[in-house]
Amino acid sequence: MEAFADVALLSRLQFALTVAYHFLFVPLSIGLGLILAINETRYYRTRKPEDAAATKFWVKIFTATFAIGVATGITMEFSFGTNWANYSRFVGDIFGAPLAAEALLAFFLESVFLGVLLFGRKRVSPKFYMVSAWLVWAGSCLSALWILIANSWMQTPAGAELNADGTEAVITDFFAAAMNPSIFARYTHTVDALLIMGAFVAMAVAGWYMLKKRHSDFAMKTMRIAAVVGIVTSCAMIVFAHASAVVVWEEQPTKLAMMEGMYDSEVPPLYAVGIVDEETQEVIAPFAIPGGTSFLATGNFDTVYPGLNELAQTEEYSDMVVEDMPVNLVFQSYHLMVAMYGLIMLTSILVLVFTFRGGRIAKMRWLQWAAVLSPIWPFIAIQTGWITAEVGRQPWVVYPSMTGPEGVSLLTADGISMSVSAPELWLTIGLFIVVYLVLLIGWARVVGRFIKEGPVSEEGAPAADATADVVVVEGNGGGAVVAVEAAAKGGE
Amino acid sequence: MFEFFSVLWFFLIFVLIAGYFVLDGFDLGIGVLSPFIAKNDEDRAVLRRAIGPVWDGNEVWLLTAGGALFAAFPDAYATTFSGFYLAVMLVLFGLIVRAVSFEFCAGDPAWAKLWDGCFFVGSLLPALLLGVAVGNIFAGIPMDAAGDYAGVPLLGLVTPFTLLTGLLGLVMFLAAGAAWAALKAPLPSALRDRAQRLRMPLQVIALALFAVVSVFALALVGTEMDPALAPARWLFAVLVVVALAASIVAGRAEDGDLKAFLAQSAAMIALVGLLACSMFPVLVNATPESVGPAITIFNAASSELSLMWMTIITAVGLPLVLVYHVIIYRTFRGRVTPEDLTHY
Ligand code: HDD
Ligand code: HEM
Ligand code: HEM
Repeated sequence: MEAFADVALLSRLQFALTVAYHFLFVPLSIGLGLILAINETRYYRTRKPEDAAATKFWVKIFTATFAIGVATGITMEFSFGTNWANYSRFVGDIFGAPLAAEALLAFFLESVFLGVLLFGRKRVSPKFYMVSAWLVWAGSCLSALWILIANSWMQTPAGAELNADGTEAVITDFFAAAMNPSIFARYTHTVDALLIMGAFVAMAVAGWYMLKKRHSDFAMKTMRIAAVVGIVTSCAMIVFAHASAVVVWEEQPTKLAMMEGMYDSEVPPLYAVGIVDEETQEVIAPFAIPGGTSFLATGNFDTVYPGLNELAQTEEYSDMVVEDMPVNLVFQSYHLMVAMYGLIMLTSILVLVFTFRGGRIAKMRWLQWAAVLSPIWPFIAIQTGWITAEVGRQPWVVYPSMTGPEGVSLLTADGISMSVSAPELWLTIGLFIVVYLVLLIGWARVVGRFIKEGPVSEEGAPAADATADVVVVEGNGGGAVVAVEAAAKGGE
Repeated sequence: MFEFFSVLWFFLIFVLIAGYFVLDGFDLGIGVLSPFIAKNDEDRAVLRRAIGPVWDGNEVWLLTAGGALFAAFPDAYATTFSGFYLAVMLVLFGLIVRAVSFEFCAGDPAWAKLWDGCFFVGSLLPALLLGVAVGNIFAGIPMDAAGDYAGVPLLGLVTPFTLLTGLLGLVMFLAAGAAWAALKAPLPSALRDRAQRLRMPLQVIALALFAVVSVFALALVGTEMDPALAPARWLFAVLVVVALAASIVAGRAEDGDLKAFLAQSAAMIALVGLLACSMFPVLVNATPESVGPAITIFNAASSELSLMWMTIITAVGLPLVLVYHVIIYRTFRGRVTPEDLTHY
């Protein structure tokens, strides 16, 4: 089998596995970071012990998640050098700066102030503690900005030119490179997605406690915060997602053609579901709104868009072998993401309505279950969204976008590391799978335990409304001392 | 201007490496030492608390150094990371399990043994292999015409010389770890005594290894060095010895833990300074049989515009980073108290 020895394919496989895994946890940390900061702000104003307990609860979950984000993020930063050496040589002049800036301007901020959140409750003033919570969140949003600048530049290169011997992209205008055509849409779309994720995880935790009839006060407060963040971010998503689609329409014709399964030039319709038959080059779909996608992108129902076969004839896109394009994968990913948006909006509206109508959600078991399951939707949307963006960019790693500078593009297969062999890649892919699985299990155990334990106030007593049967308190030895029985001694 | 920026970035990268060496040095050292100096759960909790608030920020120095190398000298980043592929992956897996072991250990008593083990292995791998990597870029690697590593994967990187540099790095990390543990452990405690008893012998071994590595480097490796920097090299070499000796002397006094730690840190900075002055202007040396030339700041640097923007970003970022560090180390200054252990 050729595929077993194909370094480019294996490198892509490894990158896809590791980055998708990284992006399981990043949305949780950026999303929950906001919930945490809002919670701490509430405590700062009320000074009630149960609000402090709520912050501490989120800090613990956040930290366990953040740790995996850090661990797997190091992989990503190294991976450009280890697996994409020729890519790094080609883009280093432009792509390295945002990565360095991300570390210098964002990671330090996040990691240092997380230290304060974790260990500093008794050491710093309440105001400083609250500011630290916001700084951690601001840091994570900043890190998303820099990494997405790097990613967007390779999707829609700008502010650069090919050097004299054609081996490197050289920067000509820093601002044009950073503010490339897709950064605004990509940043807002992605961060909004992560905030949806955070809100839905908070909803799920609150819904779980409602189902179990525990920590009811904490559950209701959390549900309220989550409902508000959820509805605001879900509504905003329409604008940002539309902007993303428009950028693809304008800049990345082969990606758009794959998203809608267009082999021949046509007025792109709008499908809800369907299958692309890559043999016959047809979309099989139960129904379609004629001109729908055309309308969404341009406001007209009759704009003709080039299909893959036409695009392959142009000089720009002649490297593309139409038969090899993973059109169905991109089509399915894209439509799955869009479908998830429907579920997200529906969940947000229901939770909002029944949380603020006198807290009726506390009695509605089906809605509590819907809340518990709700993180699955943004999770799927985020993963499929990235598959759309990244697989849709193939076969280029630096995409020859419509407005991009002449010659600044690189085929994925030309970006690999020449000194890395297929057996080495198999070895590391295997190791990644094993190590990352252990990490996932470890994370699930720890977070599961934190959720079981619930919000515990600083003194080690359960928070005011606790009805837990057993409360586990951090003991001296880092080991746990099982202490305190149920029936809420704390607070009241 | 191009030349100015290239030289500046050569030194800035070594500043970042020195920052990493000093700051993550002590927590990597603690990771490797912990099975030997922590005898019970309480000792382990003290050690965890001693580095808990700061280890992540310390590790970011490595990420920044990696990012800066990518941005300023892409060819050096590409050649070393892909050429040392399996070794980099070992460091990486070490850093991965270490990062999570820290948070998971406290949260999952049933699996605490597993995460403790990960903490040890995850600290040992980087602590040893980073020095091996430095030995390689100093002594030189074989490269093909495109600048890609052309030697045997992984095993080709292990030579007597690179093993020695790896050991020197490891022992310096361990000494720093012992110095930090002695500084942070409660007073009086058996943990502190154990850390203190280890600090001095480790520093003596470090001195001996430093002498051996220096002689080896000069007599057998014989890398060409910039003659203009000879005085700086002498200065740094003397500083390494003096600082280590000063640390040993300071550590003899009952309240000398802080001085001992600072002097140990100074020795580590001087060691990186010596390396920088021995390498300049080379980033990766080539062995005699290498087809490709050595990677230097002149053939590997990014464009002037790119370096200028990097300099601006650093001018904004580095002072902020220093302020964050002052804040965090001040907030958590002093020895760990029993009170610190009872809550987050
Ligand atoms: C939209 C946001 C986003 C995206 C697309 C990525 N990351 Fe990330 N990354 C984060 C947002 C983030 C974060 C939420 O900010 C994390 C989680 C934990 C942390 O420290 O920051 C993080 C962690 C993190 C770390 C560890 C930071 C530390 O030690 O504190 C590194 C080195 C990277 N990432 C690098 C990357 C690379 C090279 C990516 C590209 C493939 C990438 N990330 C995708
Ligand atoms: C965080 C969410 C992300 C996900 C889930 C994701 C997903 C993927 C996937 C699935 C691939 C493989 C594509 C293929 O082989 O067909 C890929 C490749 C790649 N991505 Fe991403 N990506 C993400 C973010 C980023 C970012 C932020 C960058 C750059 C800063 C980036 C850079 C790359 C590179 C260099 C490759 C390898 C070359 C290639 O196969 O095209 N990715 N990504
Ligand atoms: C109406 C709904 C949506 C539309 C029309 C839409 C559109 C798009 C498009 C066109 C892309 C590809 C952008 C590119 O390739 O550059 C994309 C990517 C992405 N989507 Fe969506 N999206 C929608 C909903 C969502 C939702 C609900 C989420 C998550 C909660 C989400 C998360 C993502 C992510 C993380 C990416 C990758 C980042 C990016 O490239 O911008 N999307 N989306």
